[in-house]
Amino acid sequence: MAELQLKSVEKVYGSGFKAVHGINLTVEDGEFMVLVGPSGCAKSTTLRMIAGLETITGGEVRIGEQVVNDLVPGKRGIAMVFQNYALYPHMKVRRNLSFGLKLKKEPQAQIERATDEVSGILEIEQLLDRLPKQLSGGQAQRVAVGRALIKSPEVFLFDEPLSNLDAKLRASMRVRITDLHKRLREEGRPATVVYVTHDQVEAMTMGDRICVMKDGHIMQVADPVTLYERPANAFVAGFIGMPEMNLAPAVLTFDGVPKITLAGQTISIADGLAERLTMRDGPVTFGIRPQHIEPVPLGTPDALVGKVHNLEFMGHEVNMYVTIGDTDFISVVPTDRFDHAVTRGSEVALRPNGARVHLFDKDSGENISLADQQTQN
Amino acid sequence: MVDISNIPSYPETGRTPPTEMELKLKRQERRGAIIRYTILTVMGLIMLYPLIWMVGASFKTNAEIFSSPWFFPKEPTVQGYIDGWKTSTPYTFGHFFLNSLYIVIPKMIGTAISSVIVAYGFARFEFPGKKILFGILIATLLLPDVVTRIPQYLLFRELGWLDTYLPLFVPQWFAMEAFFVFMLIQFMRSIPRDMEEAARVDGANTLQVLWYIVVPMMRPAIISVCLFVFMWTMNDFLGPLIYISSVENYPVSLALKLSIDATEAFAWNQILAMTVLALTPSLVVFFIAQKYFIDGISTGGVKG
Repeated sequence: MAELQLKSVEKVYGSGFKAVHGINLTVEDGEFMVLVGPSGCAKSTTLRMIAGLETITGGEVRIGEQVVNDLVPGKRGIAMVFQNYALYPHMKVRRNLSFGLKLKKEPQAQIERATDEVSGILEIEQLLDRLPKQLSGGQAQRVAVGRALIKSPEVFLFDEPLSNLDAKLRASMRVRITDLHKRLREEGRPATVVYVTHDQVEAMTMGDRICVMKDGHIMQVADPVTLYERPANAFVAGFIGMPEMNLAPAVLTFDGVPKITLAGQTISIADGLAERLTMRDGPVTFGIRPQHIEPVPLGTPDALVGKVHNLEFMGHEVNMYVTIGDTDFISVVPTDRFDHAVTRGSEVALRPNGARVHLFDKDSGENISLADQQTQN
Repeated sequence: MVDISNIPSYPETGRTPPTEMELKLKRQERRGAIIRYTILTVMGLIMLYPLIWMVGASFKTNAEIFSSPWFFPKEPTVQGYIDGWKTSTPYTFGHFFLNSLYIVIPKMIGTAISSVIVAYGFARFEFPGKKILFGILIATLLLPDVVTRIPQYLLFRELGWLDTYLPLFVPQWFAMEAFFVFMLIQFMRSIPRDMEEAARVDGANTLQVLWYIVVPMMRPAIISVCLFVFMWTMNDFLGPLIYISSVENYPVSLALKLSIDATEAFAWNQILAMTVLALTPSLVVFFIAQKYFIDGISTGGVKG
C-alpha cells in the first residue's frame, strides 16, 4: 500500500470547461478517504484521473514515490470498483476475478490460490461458476470488490459502488466494506482507499477522513466529527448533516455579547460564541443544526419566533418546520419532549444553542466562528 | 349456524365474474386476432409461394413443370438433382460450391475483423479528422456500387488479379462495407464503456480490451455481419461475372447461369434443383444464427 498525493491537479476539457481547479489532497497510507459532494462537483472526474481513465491536464498525481500522470491504468497499481459493477458479462465469476492476474501472466497455481482466498473473504465461493447475469445486485457488488481485492493494489478506488443497491443492502455492504478495510489493516496489509459517493451517510460512516468537493474545488478535508462540528464554510455546513443545517441571512452586532438580527428579530447569543468569532459585526449567514435549536415557551428571551408550517413525526423524534421571516427553519425535537399541542399554524419560539451556533461570512461563506479551533491548532 | 348468504356465486378464484362489457371486448379482441392472423398467413403464403413452388418443381419432370401451377409433383423424381449436380461442364456442382466457399470464407472473416477494428476506432477513440473521416465513410454508403466498378476493374487488372478470387474479397479486408462499420458503431454505442475501463484498470491494452471484452459482447452484431456477408456473397452474380472468366473458377451463382446457356435446351428441373441447393446454405446458416442476427440488427439500430 502507498500514500496517494494530488498536487495542483487540474482537468480542463477540450471545450475549455475547467472541471477540476488545481486541487491538493494527500491520502495517507492505509487511509479510507471519501470524496463527497453534489452531482457535478468533479469527484468522479478526480477519481478517474487517479485511475488513469481521464487525462490530467495540470498538476501531478503521485502514488507512493511514483508520478503516475503518464502511466496507463494497468501500470498504476490501482484497482477500481465501478458504480454498476462493470463485471465482464461473458465471463464467469471465477474468470472475472482472475482476469487481471491472467493479463499479468501470473502462474496458474497462484491465480487459483488468490481466487480462493478472495472468494473466501467475500463469501462468494458458491458463485464462482455463475455468470454475472445470474447474480443479485449485492452479489455482483461483492464480486466487483473481489476483482479489485485480488490484485492487491497500492490504492483502491471506489466510484459510488453502492448507489445501485436498495437501502437495506446498501447498509450491509457499507459495513462489509468498512469491516474489510479494518480487517486488512489488522492483518498488516492496510488498504489505501479513495471512495466516491454523493451519499453523506456513506461518507460519514465509512471514511477515516472526508473530502468535501464543490464545482471542482475542495471545500474541506477532515474527519467526520470535525466536518460535522466545525464546518469550514457554509457549503460544508449545509451539505453535511441530516436534516441539513439551517442557514439564514443575518446581521451580527456586538454589544458586550454577540447579537444576531434575523428576520427583524434580535437575539443575544452567549455560551462562548464571542470567543470563537473572528469578526465582530457585519452581514453574516447564521447557521444552526436542527438538533441544536429547540422550542421554548413563547416569551422566552433570545428565542426566534415563527410559525409552524409542517410537522413530520419520525417515531423517536419530530421534525418541526418553522417559518421565521422568509426563511424556513427545521427543529428536530425528541418525541418525548415534543409539545403535542403544537400543530400546523401554531406560533412557536425556537432558541438556538449558542455553543453550537455557526456564523459564516456573507460573501466568502467562510466560517467566522472557529477562532478557538484555530488557536487549538 | 353458518351464514352462507354472503358467499359469492363465483367462489373458486375469488375474482368477480367478467361483466357483459368485458366479455364483449374479449370476443371482439379474439375476432380481430383471427382476422389479423388470417390476412398475415395468406399474404405470407402468397409471398412464399414462388419459393415453395420452386422446391416442388425441382422434384417434377421437365414436362410437368409447365403443365401445372400446383407445387406438389404428381410423380416426384430426383433426376433433376442428379443431372443438375453433374452439370454440362467437366466439374460437378460440388466444385462450384467449393469455389463459392473460397470467396465467402475469406470475405466473411476479413469483413468481420476489419469492420470491428474500424468501428472500434470510430466508436471509442478521439483522433484528428474523426468527424470528416466518419462523414466520408457514411457518404460511401450512398455511393452506387456501379460507380466504382470500372476504376476497380482497371486497378485489379493492373494488379493481375483478373480471373482470381482476390478482387472479390481483398477489398473487404479494409472495411470497405460502410454499412457494416456503421452497424457495428451503433451496436458499440449501446454497450457501456465501464467494462472496457475495468479491463484497462485490470491491465489490458487496447487490443486486449477489443479481443477479450468488446468482441465477445458484440457477438450478435458480428454474427449478423457474417450472415449478411454470407448471404450477399452467395447471391452475388455481378462481381464474379466481371472478374471470373474460367468455368473452373465459377462460383455457384455463375454456375447456375451456365445451366441456362443459350446453346443448350433448358432443363428447368435441373436449374430449379440446383437453385434449391444454392439457396440451402444461406437458409441453413440464417436459421442457425437467427437469434443472434435479430439481436445484432435490432441493438445496432439498423432495423429494416
